[in-house]
Amino acid sequence: MTETIVHGRPKGFFATFERRPGPIKKNMHYCPGCGHGILQKLIAEAISDLQIQDKTIIISPVGCSVFSYYYFDCFGISVPHGRAPATATGLVRSNPDSIVISYQGDGDLGAIGFNNFIQAANRGENMCVFFVNNAVYGMTGGQMAPTTLPGQKTLTSPYGRSTDNEGYPLKVSEMVAALDSPVYVERAALSTAKNILAARKAVRKALRNTIDRKGFSMVEFLAGCPTNLKLDAKAMNEFINNRMIPCFPLGCFKDIADERDPIRRPAGIYDRKKVRELLYPVRVEKGVPPDFRNNSEIFQKTRKIKLGGFGGQGVLSLGKMIATMGRLRNFNVSWLPSYGPEMRGGTANCSVIISRKTIGSPVIDKNCNLLIVLNQPSMDKFLPELKQNGVLIYDSTTIAKPDCSPDKIVYAVDASNIAKKIGSLMYANSVILGALAVALDSYFLTPADQADFDRTFEEAIMDCFSNKETIIKLNIEAFYAGKKAVIESRAGKK
Amino acid sequence: MLVQTIMKNKTKQVKYQAVIAADECKGCERCVNACPKSVLQMGREFNFMGFPYAVYVGEGCIGCGACFYTCPEPGAITIVKVTGD
Repeated sequence: MTETIVHGRPKGFFATFERRPGPIKKNMHYCPGCGHGILQKLIAEAISDLQIQDKTIIISPVGCSVFSYYYFDCFGISVPHGRAPATATGLVRSNPDSIVISYQGDGDLGAIGFNNFIQAANRGENMCVFFVNNAVYGMTGGQMAPTTLPGQKTLTSPYGRSTDNEGYPLKVSEMVAALDSPVYVERAALSTAKNILAARKAVRKALRNTIDRKGFSMVEFLAGCPTNLKLDAKAMNEFINNRMIPCFPLGCFKDIADERDPIRRPAGIYDRKKVRELLYPVRVEKGVPPDFRNNSEIFQKTRKIKLGGFGGQGVLSLGKMIATMGRLRNFNVSWLPSYGPEMRGGTANCSVIISRKTIGSPVIDKNCNLLIVLNQPSMDKFLPELKQNGVLIYDSTTIAKPDCSPDKIVYAVDASNIAKKIGSLMYANSVILGALAVALDSYFLTPADQADFDRTFEEAIMDCFSNKETIIKLNIEAFYAGKKAVIESRAGKK
Repeated sequence: MLVQTIMKNKTKQVKYQAVIAADECKGCERCVNACPKSVLQMGREFNFMGFPYAVYVGEGCIGCGACFYTCPEPGAITIVKVTGD
C-alpha cells in the first residue's frame, strides 16, 4: 500500500499562517465559501509549479484580501487603496526580473484605483492583474460597487441598482481588451469545478506571459460573496452562473502574447554618482575663473533691471541673456518672468537682479536701476518705477519720446528698424543689448570691463541659444549693429 | 511495453480518498455541491471553531479534484491516491 497526494495544500502557501490571528493557523480569514480563497489557492499552486516563488511579488490591495501577505510564501507589499498598479509599475521598472502580481478587488480596481489601473494597462507594464469581481463591496459590508448588476439589491441600492440612476455595471475586461498594449485579457468564473479549472488555466497563462516579459495580462474572476449577498454555496454558484455570466460573459477577450516580442525597457540606474551626474550635469564654465570679480563701480551694489514689452518680442530672453551674463561673471542673479496666458501678443515683463550678495526676493516693484521697454503700455506702466538717476532704454521705432524727469539717463534706440535690416524683428532684443553696452560703458564701466562686456555678451548668447548656430551669428551681428547705432546717434547730437 | 504497463496497472488496485482536515473546514458546502459522485456530506458534529464540517463517506472517490479546487481553504481537503498490491 502506497499513498500519494494527488491534490493537496499548494506549496505556494506557507505551511502554517503564523501571522494570521486566531487559534487555527492553517486556514484563511475569509468567510465560508469566499471566492478569494479559491483564487489564492490557484495562484499559490501556479507560482510553486512555475518555480517563481523567489521572484514573485504579490501586491495586496485594500479590501477583504488585504491580508493576502499572511498566506503566500513569496514577497508581498501592501499598498494604499487602488494604487497597486502604480506600485507594480515601480517594482517592475526597477527590477525587471521580478514577477509582479497585482491582486485587486472591484472596489480597489474598478472604483478608486481605476485610473491607476487603466494607465498601467495602457503603458503595457510587464505585470499580471488578477481582478476579483464579486459585484459588491465586501469588506465594508455590502455596498453597491461599479460592477453591481442591474437590479441587484445591496446596502446602498435597497431597491436594486437602477440603470436610470446608477448606470450599467463597469465591464473592465472589455475596456482593457480594447487597448493596444495589453497582451492577454480573459474573464473566468469561480463557480463550478469546470469554471474553476478554466480559471486555473487563465492564471497560469497570465503568469507565463509575465515570466516571458510579454507585457500586461489581466484576468477577471467572477467570484462569490456569500455573506454580503446572503446566499448559501449552491445559490451563490447559481447567482454567478445565471445572473453574473449573462452580464459579464466569460471567455478570452484578447490573447496576442505570441505575436509580441518581450518588453525591453531601459535598465534602472542605482549608482548614486551616476544619478547625480544625470540629474545635475556639470556645466562647462566659460571665460573666467570662479574668483573673478568685475572692478567697475556699478557692480558694487545690487542692480535691479526691469524689462517690458509684448510677448514674442524677446523680452524674456533679453532678460535671460542679461542674467546669464551676470552668472558668467560670478554674480548672484535672479530672473523672474511674468506674462499672460497667450504665447504671442500679450504683454510680458521680467525682473532681473544682479548682485554680489545673496538675493532676497526676485520681485522688483519700485526703484529699478535700469528699465528697458519695447512697447508703449510697458513704458507707461514701468516708468514710475525707475529710480532717480536710473537708466532708461526704449525702442524709438514704436514708442513716443517719454516725458520723464531730467535726472534720468535716456537712450532711444531705433531697435525694430535695425533688427528688420538684419533680417527679423526677433533680433531687436540683441540690438537693445548693444545699446546697453554703450550706455553702461560711457558712464559706469572701467576700461577693462568695457572690453569684457562684449565678450560676456557673446558667451551669454552662446549659452542661451546653444543649439542654434545661425541665430547666434545673427544675434551677435544685431548686438554690434545696436552698439554702432547708439554711438552714431550720440556723435550726431554732439 | 505499453500493454505490459496497462496489465501491470490493472493488477494493482488504485483507490482515491478525500481526506478532510476538520478544523480547517468552515462548512460552506461548496465541496458537497461540487462532488460528481456525491461522496462528501456535511457532518453532524462541529469543529474547534464551531463550524459543521464536511466528511467523506468512505467509498467511491474518483480523485477528480473538483472538491479540492472548489474549496476556498488551502488544505482543508487533500486527495490521496492509494495504490494497493
